[in-house]
This record gives sequence, C-alpha cells and structure tokens, in this order.
Amino acid sequence: MTPVEIREEILDILSDIAPDEDLSALQDDVAFRDQVELDSMDFLDIVMELRKRYRIQVPEADYPQLASMRSTVTYLEPIMKDMQRVS
Amino acid sequence: MYDTIIIGAGLSGLAAGIRLAHYDKRVCILERHTTIGGLNSFYRQRGRDFDVGLHAVTNYAPQGSRRGPLARLLRQLRFRWEDFALVPQAGSSVAFPGVTLRFNNDFRLFEAEVAAQFPDQKDNLRKLVAQLIDYDDLDGSLFQRSTRALLAESITDPLLREMILCPVMWYGNARERDMDFGQFCIMFRSIFLEGFARPLAGVRLILRNLVRRFRSLGGELRLRSGVRRIQIEDGRAVGVELDNGEQLEARHVLSSAGIVETMRMSGERKELSPEPGQMSFIESIAVLDRLPRELGHHQTIVFFNDSETFHWERPQDEICDARSGVICSPNNFLYDGDVLPDGILRVTLMADYDRWCQLSADEYRLAKLHWFERTLASAARFVPDCRQHVIDMDMFTPRTIQRYTWHDNGAVYGAPEKRLDGRTKFANLFICGTDQGYVGIVGSLLSGILVANRHLLGDS
Ligand SMILES: Cc1cc2nc3c(=O)[nH]c(=O)nc-3n(C[C@H](O)[C@H](O)[C@H](O)COP(=O)(O)OP(=O)(O)OC[C@H]3O[C@@H](n4cnc5c(N)ncnc54)[C@H](O)[C@@H]3O)c2cc1C
Repeated sequence: MTPVEIREEILDILSDIAPDEDLSALQDDVAFRDQVELDSMDFLDIVMELRKRYRIQVPEADYPQLASMRSTVTYLEPIMKDMQRVS
Repeated sequence: MYDTIIIGAGLSGLAAGIRLAHYDKRVCILERHTTIGGLNSFYRQRGRDFDVGLHAVTNYAPQGSRRGPLARLLRQLRFRWEDFALVPQAGSSVAFPGVTLRFNNDFRLFEAEVAAQFPDQKDNLRKLVAQLIDYDDLDGSLFQRSTRALLAESITDPLLREMILCPVMWYGNARERDMDFGQFCIMFRSIFLEGFARPLAGVRLILRNLVRRFRSLGGELRLRSGVRRIQIEDGRAVGVELDNGEQLEARHVLSSAGIVETMRMSGERKELSPEPGQMSFIESIAVLDRLPRELGHHQTIVFFNDSETFHWERPQDEICDARSGVICSPNNFLYDGDVLPDGILRVTLMADYDRWCQLSADEYRLAKLHWFERTLASAARFVPDCRQHVIDMDMFTPRTIQRYTWHDNGAVYGAPEKRLDGRTKFANLFICGTDQGYVGIVGSLLSGILVANRHLLGDS
C-alpha cells in the first residue's frame, strides 16, 4: 500500500468509528483529538481496527505515534507497504 | 472453546457481546429466560404490547451530538443515532406538597424553576452542577462518598435537597437512605443535564437492533440456557455448567447476573459474599380508554413524594410504600404526529421483596389488585385521576423482577457495593451491568462496552 492508500484506509477506519464526523477537512498535521470527537475508547478502536483488518499489532508504547494523520501514516508505512487493501 | 462466555442477554450482556464479536472473538451469550432484555424486556398480553422496565431512556442527546454517554455508546457499537429513534420527552416534574419543580431536556427550565421557588438556592445549584460536571466517573476512589453529606455543602435548603434526591435515587440508587456520590453524579447528569427520550416502538426497537447486530457479527445467543455453575480451577474460571448439565469451556467469563449471584455460582461461601441490594419495586400499568392528555395530563414523568422528607428504603410497615412514586406516561413524548395505540399510565412504588414472597398464590393475586388501586389513588394526588378510565391493567412485583433477572431480593439496582473496574476475585471472571455500577438502559449498555474493552479485547 502506498502512503496515499494508507491514508485512505485510516480515513475509512475513522468514518467507521465516528460516522457523524465530517472528515473532509481533516488536517494531517493536527492531532486527531483536536479535530475529531474521539475519547480514549474510540482511540483504541483505531488500534483494534488495524488489527482486525490487517493483523497489525501496535504495541501500547507506540500509541503516541498514532496522534495525527501524518504521524500515523509515517508509522504504518514500513509495516503496510507490502500489504493489499482489504476494504 | 469460547474466548468469552457472557451470562445474561440483558442490555449490558448484548453490548459486551457486540464489542467482542465485532473484533472477531468467539463469544456466546447464555440467557436463562426465553427472551432477551432482562430488566428491560417487552411482552405481549391480551393483544397489547407492554414494556417491562421502560419509562424513558435517560442520557438523551439530540442527533449530531458527539459528546456524552449516548454518543459514546453509539460510536462504540457502530450504530447510527436513527437506530435508537429517540423521541424527546414533553416535560417532567418533581412534585412535593405545595412545591413542584418542572424540568425537561433543557436544563435552563430546572434552573429557572429552582430560582423561582428557592431564590436563595439559585447559585447553590450552579455550584452543585459545577461540582458534578467535574466528577470523573472512572475515578473510583471518590465514588463512595456520602451524597447527603456532600449535597448539604452546596444546597442549604433541606426541602430542595430532598426534591433533588427523589428522582435521582428513584432512577438508580442501589443503596438505602444515602447514595454513593459517584452514582449521584452519573444519575443527576443523565436525568437533569441530558434528559429523557423514548423510541415510539419502545425498548423492543433497541433490543432488536442489538441482537440483530450481535448475530450478524457471528455471535452466538442461546436462550433457555441458564448457567447454574461457573467452574473454577486454580482460581480461574474455566467454563460454565448449564441448568441442564451441559458444560461449556471458555477462556473468560463475563457475568451480568449480579455480583452476589455470580460469586454464588462460582462456589463462594455465603459469608464471603457481598451484601445483596434491598430496593425493589412494584409497577402498575393502567391502560386507559383515552389518552392521558385528554384527562389533562401532559407530563412525561412525575416523581412524587407526599411529605417534605423523602424515604428511600425498603418499606418498613407495609408490603409497599405509597408515599412516594414515579408516574410515567409513554404517550407524553414529542412524537411527531405518531400516536401510541392506547393511553397508558405506569406508576412505580417501592416494595418489600420478602413480604411479597411470603404470600400464597391467592393472597398474591389479591395483593396485586389491592395495590393497583392504592397506587392509582396515591398517584391521583399529583396527576389527574384516571381511575374511571382503566380498561386493562398489568402489574409486576418484586417476584416478577426476581423471575426475570434472578437478582436476589428482586433488587432492581443490584447490590450497593459496585465493582467499577468489573473485576472479581477470579482473574478471568468479570462483572458487567447493574453491579458493575452503571444502571439504566444507556448505563448498562456502556457498562458492557467498558468492561469488554478493558478486560476482554486485549491480546490475551
Ligand atoms: C421497573 C423498572 C423500570 C425501569 N425503568 C427504566 C427506565 O425507564 N429507563 C432506564 O434507563 N432504565 C430503567 N430501568 C433500569 C434498567 O432496566 C436496568 O438498569 C438495565 O436493564 C440493566 O441491564 P443489565 O444488563 O445490567 O441487567 P439485567 O437486565 O438484569 O440482565 C441480566 C440478564 O441475565 C440473565 N441471567 C441472570 N442469571 C442468569 C444465569 N444464571 N444464567 C443465564 N442468564 C442469567 C437474566 O435473565 C437477564 O436477562 C428500570 C428497571 C425496572 C425494574
């Protein structure tokens, strides 16, 4: 998957978790929690969805890397570069 | 071998089941009853639909709200707001002799009512609200402080204190007389700051959506499958034994059957078991020949008390206590043009489980008729008298509650000591629902979600 595809996948996960959010204006360098109404339970769902869809295990110590879209894509790029989109 | 066996297909068990099934856990919900829903189920009788528990869904938030318990649970269960189809209340009140405080889903009405009737308490109410908005319900350390003591610090008028405690205790206090402050904060927010709503179709709509989702995710639901024993080996739950002797294995067990009941199923000695709750109810359901508003009754819920002191305890002198009660009309929600087929008034009183259980079959039938009359007579002091218009009735008693939920004492809100973190003394046996601490429809759904997230969705 390319970084663009990874970004789309994260957007898909976010829209699944928070269907009432308008994600079209999401800024990649701003933390998710400053733009989207996500509490810690919802945040964990991003991790869980990655595991469900791609069998990716994000260790707890790495959660801070998933703070914004940019940092998430950067973090996932090496892990997902050889994967195919599933959804 | 299941990842998780869930005991009970009430709201908390179903919510936990959806979370686990969504994340591909092999999960089975075991329910002793022939139907789902537990305390908040529904049934059909003489051609009419009845709800078991539902007065109103608390914690209302309008469509588009992104904060608060309702928004949170919809996100976690991947439901759309429309799936619960909540219709807001028309307006409710707390009625004491000579003073009535009205409230609705806009807190400003309650503030204005307090300002008008208790002018010197207006700022004190603000103080109280600031304090309970700040209360973090996951911080268990402060949970058990005395509400009566803390409330007296902000609200200095004793009558107003009683009037605030009345609805809050009625809708979620497992403890007699006083209330845990944490529980008070949660319930005050859910009633006064968020508010009441109801789906036109009643609780069945919510339950159907839950069970359909659970099944579509591959979850297994087995009705008529009571658990009689939780098998413990070396301090761990390894599975359960059903009433018919069948044995099932699981890596985790999550129980919504109550803490006392769950510990008993695990073979815990009685002396070591926590105290069961004491608060049980009767509820009289009067079907009327016309709509309540045609009798001049427009309110959704009226919490009444006939003296300046509110007594929240198991009735002492009689089998029920007619001094205080809750009057609910499911007709009085702001349905947009839709109407329910019948006018209905539901009235709840506190009841003594033991004395209801001691009655013979004949005495039981008579007591139901007697208390139906007494209940409506008591209610008629606070809302228009509907006794001439009753065309059908039903009543449930502490015995009914016990039969539907298997909760000791028919205790509606479970045991007084809550297990906020969902843990028990056994490492892989957890508690959700009423005895975890969150009660009500929204509360029990959140409870299932929370405990599933915290303990059952990890890597183990
Ligand atoms: C009269 C009344 C009115 C209410 N009104 C409202 C209201 O208006 N609004 C609101 O929000 N809330 C209301 N409630 C509260 C609400 O119904 C409960 O808080 C909620 O339903 C609790 O859900 P639960 O999942 O925790 O437990 P329960 O509903 O008790 O579910 C537990 C389930 O476990 C099953 N079970 C127990 N033991 C076993 C076993 N050994 N094996 C298998 N299955 C077992 C039971 O059959 C039951 O289905 C009311 C309750 C009552 C009694």
